[in-house]
Amino acid sequence: MTPVLSVLVHNKPGVLNRITALFMRKGFNIQSLTVCITESPDVSRMTLVMNEMDEAALEQVMKQLHKQIDVLKVTDLTEAPMVSRELALIQVNSPIAQRATITSLIDPFRASIVDVGRDTVTVQVTGDAEKIEALISLLRPYGIRELARTGLTALPREASAVSELRRLNESQVLPI
Amino acid sequence: MPGMSKPADEMKRPMGEANHRTDGAMLLKGADMVVEALRRERVDVIFGYPGGAVLPLYDALFECGIRHVLTRHEQGAIHAAEGYARVTGRPGVVIATSGPGATNLVTGLADAMMDSIPIVAITGQVAKTVIGTDAFQETSIIGISTPITKHNYQIRHASEIPKVFKEAFHIANSGRKGPVLIDIPKDVAGETALFSYDDPPQLPGYQPTVVPHQLQIRKLMSGLSRAKKPVILAGAGILHAGASAELVAFAERHRLPVVHTLLGLGGFPASHPLFLGMGGMHGSAAANKALHETDFLINLGARFDDRLTGKLEFFAPHATVAHVDIDPAEIGKNVSTQIPVVGDVREALLMMLAADVESPHADAWMNELLATKEQFPYWYVQEGTGIKPQRLIAEIARLTAGNAVVITDVGQHQMWTAQFFPFEVPDRWVTSGGLGTMGFGLPAAIGAYFGKPEQQVVAILGDAGFQMTQQELAVIGEMELPIKVVIVNNGALGMVRQWQELFHGERYSASLLEWQPDFIKLAEAYRIPATRVQEDDALTDALAAFLAASGPGFLECVVEPRENVFPMVAPGTGIHQMVGVKP
Repeated sequence: MTPVLSVLVHNKPGVLNRITALFMRKGFNIQSLTVCITESPDVSRMTLVMNEMDEAALEQVMKQLHKQIDVLKVTDLTEAPMVSRELALIQVNSPIAQRATITSLIDPFRASIVDVGRDTVTVQVTGDAEKIEALISLLRPYGIRELARTGLTALPREASAVSELRRLNESQVLPI
Repeated sequence: MPGMSKPADEMKRPMGEANHRTDGAMLLKGADMVVEALRRERVDVIFGYPGGAVLPLYDALFECGIRHVLTRHEQGAIHAAEGYARVTGRPGVVIATSGPGATNLVTGLADAMMDSIPIVAITGQVAKTVIGTDAFQETSIIGISTPITKHNYQIRHASEIPKVFKEAFHIANSGRKGPVLIDIPKDVAGETALFSYDDPPQLPGYQPTVVPHQLQIRKLMSGLSRAKKPVILAGAGILHAGASAELVAFAERHRLPVVHTLLGLGGFPASHPLFLGMGGMHGSAAANKALHETDFLINLGARFDDRLTGKLEFFAPHATVAHVDIDPAEIGKNVSTQIPVVGDVREALLMMLAADVESPHADAWMNELLATKEQFPYWYVQEGTGIKPQRLIAEIARLTAGNAVVITDVGQHQMWTAQFFPFEVPDRWVTSGGLGTMGFGLPAAIGAYFGKPEQQVVAILGDAGFQMTQQELAVIGEMELPIKVVIVNNGALGMVRQWQELFHGERYSASLLEWQPDFIKLAEAYRIPATRVQEDDALTDALAAFLAASGPGFLECVVEPRENVFPMVAPGTGIHQMVGVKP
């Protein structure tokens, strides 16, 4: 099981450092981490894909995240219905003669060519990790020059970020 | 938080409206705001050391009415703040300058983090205009202190000061307590802003659960009433929550044996017939037997530290574990827990006391444990003419009638004190548990004195740890503080030496202090009356005179150099595999 966590945090300087420092201190390893703004300027969303771990370890990760003062909400999306996407840019060898092959290869992935050079093309693909892995392994025989992946970002299904934030606000018990 | 609630928006009102406010808001300079915030938090003493970046703050502190104690090193200041916090339950406040001043706080921050000690540490920072330029005495104390503080802040404008201080004191002293650091750039101290301290802290990401879930309490109580071999493990959470009376009432109600952690000592009276002693590496045979054989373990505010549990597979292997902790992350971290109870341990005990359940039928178990307690007390062999360190501790306890506030450093003398000083009441025991900080004791004693000036304060220190922060004798000498400093001099880094003897083939690598300073002259240089005692038959008289004298005192006790701390759970073994349970 590779856990996927969605973490809402205060959009403040140093918060990313708090999270990464926590992971270093506790020896938690991550596969990918994305940080982005949300519809609220004060709140950022981190999407964490963790290395494989057992349930007890995941529980500890979530509890430690919760302990951070700047963490507003931690959601485990691993088993939950979610929409998750990643974007990859793949620069692949593509002499003119092979270009048509590459185009037909990437077509079923709904990937597109976003840059064309004399010897290479750069393919852009979005999807879940599995789909991206599949395209990468298809392109590998042609010679991948460079590869950049954004890491996964995710939302639970049938719950927009807006309603998630609203629920959070409504559940606040203030003042302490 | 900005945009998330109304009061935050209110704070953005232009200052011109200040005149219309009726809440006592006033225009102040940043440095004066800090002092005013400390006043509002009813801070009566600050431990600190000035320097360039905190000059404006020290100017505001001058003759402000809050007592300032100048330690001789910032590490001393933060350990003093810890000592103060431990005996009062109120946050200790420490101030240091930027750069080296701030980095000298690091050990104390880590120590307070491990032992859940409420601290508010204020550090100066270089001016905002030069942050990031490697300016003189600049260091990123926020980056450095993030993993060793409960939270930290860098103030970007004086207008943030009231909000940040209010939050910092609240975070430090609520939930699982801990250190909070506030970094203040020098130019912020000169900025002017509106000061209002009436808004409650708004921390949507920080809402500790205080009252436990009734269902979990019910599970705990019904499990307990079916238990055959129940035991309570009581940690420092009892002291932080002020739950001693409730603990005693609960243990008595159901006739439950009680084991303390090192840091929990004093939460349950040592002389109580239900008390089994301290558990863990140097705990009592009865306590460890109970922890190993129990079928129902109630952990009240302890964190299952490895020095307590020994090898985990032998720790309470047959038990249903119930764990009450204000910090949910502690539950299930080391020991798998069937009945988690998140909340304040005093609230939990009140609910447990209110539960109407049958007491467990555990008389046979209780009698067995009490027989073990009787059979295997802490021991030492009195032989020769030298002083046995254990007897030294027992004599201090006897001569102070167990009433003193006792502070130790870290090592053998610390374990002997935990074993031989019977703590009867809470908040008179100050020691560095989790981090095991040598050099903690002397400055912590200074802080403990300011927290409880009406009590006798005795600092029991090893000869090695004392030398790590010995410069703080200057504070005792200068202010003539009636602190009694006892040096347990075995001419070694005793615990290191013991482990080398037992586990490293008696190869005493860098652990024997064959050259030592003249401790008497050292103390006298700080104008503290000092005596040396090295013969057992002179010990009692020397101690009695030393403890009875007024003002500061320094007693060097030269003790048997090869004495070891027993009983012991060797590292990597289970708590049922103790060695040295009897002579």
